[in-house]
Amino acid sequence: MKPLRQGPPTKSARAAAGEVQRLTRELSLEAYRRMVRIRRFEEEAMRRAMAGEFSGMHSSSGHEAAIVGACLALRDDDYITGTHRSHGHPIGKGADLKPLMAELYGKATGICKGRGGSMHLADRTVGIIGESAIVGGGMPLATGAGLSIQVRGTDQVSLCFFGDGAANQGTFGESLNLSAIWKLPVIFFCENNLYAISTPVAQSHGQPHIALRASGYGMPGVIVDGQDLEEVYAATVVAVSRARKGEGPTLIEAKTYRFEEHCLNLQVPIPYRTPQELEHHKSERDPLVLHRREMLESGIADTQIDAIEREVAAEVAGAVTFARQSPWPDPHEVYDYLFSNPIHYPPEPAP
Amino acid sequence: MSPPVTSAAVRELTYLNAIVEAQREEMLRDERVILIGENIDIYGGAPLFDTFDGKRLRNVPISENGFTGMGIGAALTGLRPIVDLTIASFVYLAADQIINQAAKLRYMTGGQLSVPIVFRACTYYNICNAAQHSDRPYPFFMNAPGLKIVAPATPADMKGLLKAAVRDDDPVLVFEDMSLWARKESVSTDPDFVVPIGKADIKRAGNDVTIVSIAGCLPKALAAADALQAQGISVEVIDLRTLVPLDTETLLKSLGKTGRAVIVDNSHRTGSVASEVSAVMSEEGFESLRAPIRRVTVPAVQIPYSAALEKPLYPSAERIVAAVKSIL
Repeated sequence: MKPLRQGPPTKSARAAAGEVQRLTRELSLEAYRRMVRIRRFEEEAMRRAMAGEFSGMHSSSGHEAAIVGACLALRDDDYITGTHRSHGHPIGKGADLKPLMAELYGKATGICKGRGGSMHLADRTVGIIGESAIVGGGMPLATGAGLSIQVRGTDQVSLCFFGDGAANQGTFGESLNLSAIWKLPVIFFCENNLYAISTPVAQSHGQPHIALRASGYGMPGVIVDGQDLEEVYAATVVAVSRARKGEGPTLIEAKTYRFEEHCLNLQVPIPYRTPQELEHHKSERDPLVLHRREMLESGIADTQIDAIEREVAAEVAGAVTFARQSPWPDPHEVYDYLFSNPIHYPPEPAP
Repeated sequence: MSPPVTSAAVRELTYLNAIVEAQREEMLRDERVILIGENIDIYGGAPLFDTFDGKRLRNVPISENGFTGMGIGAALTGLRPIVDLTIASFVYLAADQIINQAAKLRYMTGGQLSVPIVFRACTYYNICNAAQHSDRPYPFFMNAPGLKIVAPATPADMKGLLKAAVRDDDPVLVFEDMSLWARKESVSTDPDFVVPIGKADIKRAGNDVTIVSIAGCLPKALAAADALQAQGISVEVIDLRTLVPLDTETLLKSLGKTGRAVIVDNSHRTGSVASEVSAVMSEEGFESLRAPIRRVTVPAVQIPYSAALEKPLYPSAERIVAAVKSIL
């Protein structure tokens, strides 16, 4: 296979290389819909949380092209593991918004029946096998899904979302090594938003490009512009294709940026990002704006794009209504889902 | 009382071979069962390589948290892995994946996910291995909801409980006890012979006092019962077998009969299995108690290297006899 490019990408370089799998018009619109679904879901959830309707959240705003570009390269039956910044992954894979919003509200109709919440919006119906709020915790799980695929002999793949912070956990090295030994069909997809809460990559990584570590584990690594949907998609298509053919894992590092603070209810007593930096990314590097511009340049009518915006706005509003009107979970059912069979330990009644 | 045998056919098995045979039978029965562990090709899993290959027998690098989590990921996606963590002191390295992922994922996803996995860990102790290879860490994991925990003490119970663990849809920690490896008995060859998780076993019936034994303490508890019988004291010996979920029914029923209890546990005293059994008995069986409950455990000190220091730390038949006599 063609060696994957390493180092910061540029648009002209990617076009010149001719290595880009272009999105069809249909996929381009679908990608935009998914990105808008993530953004509007997050914006509305932020408003509701700030109004005190439920507790805090970790917004994915700014990560949309990285998430959707990766998910778009997957099939419905492929697996995903995610992180505490968990809203974007199920939406990017096509999940229904209602049970996700209801979960934020802690309602019985939530995707996790009110037992998971904002950091754990795992929706199994779209292939998600965990959104881990233990940083790096999902990496071995994704590896195990790859092992399972290999043992069962299917051509599924497993995609592991993780952040730049997780790259410094032991599970990163252990998982990449285990996957490389047996050429497991795993795509390790790093959403590198440049900060582990407040600690910049420059202060926590011996060298700033996480994908460069791949060769040390015996797998290809590729760096992509995480704000460029088509570039993320193209790189993930290559990695997925490798994995399906039994050629093993790939490490993709998407350089992205988080538009909000780490967490809604975590105060930032001392600024760690300059207003200029934040403003630059929001005004020049917003993945939704960039993709909309590309679509317009490729001849897609703005009426089509606006229709998506309207439909998503209605969908998000419907999800909030659904969540608000849903019942609370019954405290007597607090033990439900602890075990596959109803065993209570210690043997005490529910409150 | 031996476990229920559903077929007349039996075979003499050591405790160690019971582990191998349980795995072989379950791997033959269900192709979703795989074995993951370090050096399994030359140690415990070696005999299985006659029947299975590297596809289902995964010899792994020393990455306990990684390969344990890998097993959990495989369990989430259609396999039923057995993860051999070998020496129980190493389980701590995998504790993050066991506690934060395996134990929590079914609950945290509102039942969307299922984690049918077995974690095997062998307690090595009383063999001059010093503090980092001698732990009996059951109580740590009893404090994590979502895990089932068994600690069999006979070959039949080991085979039956390990097979039950593989068939269970929840994560099950199976603690082995090295001091029992060579013990032999007749074990059912019925491929569907299982011992149910959650049931203690009365290994010896008696009326005057209940000895609750945990894991490798059983031979000592039975020896103590023999010695006491010779002095006219009738002892009921309960082998707990499953630590979570605790069989409170059997414990309280026995306490109702004898009114006295000594709990023998080779884990450290503070927050031990014995502590939990004692708490349940005193909270729920207080009316039956005719004397204080006694715990015979290992003091809260590191396991030292020298045999002269180590040996006296563990429960012995003599210590058990003394504890029983102190409450008669």
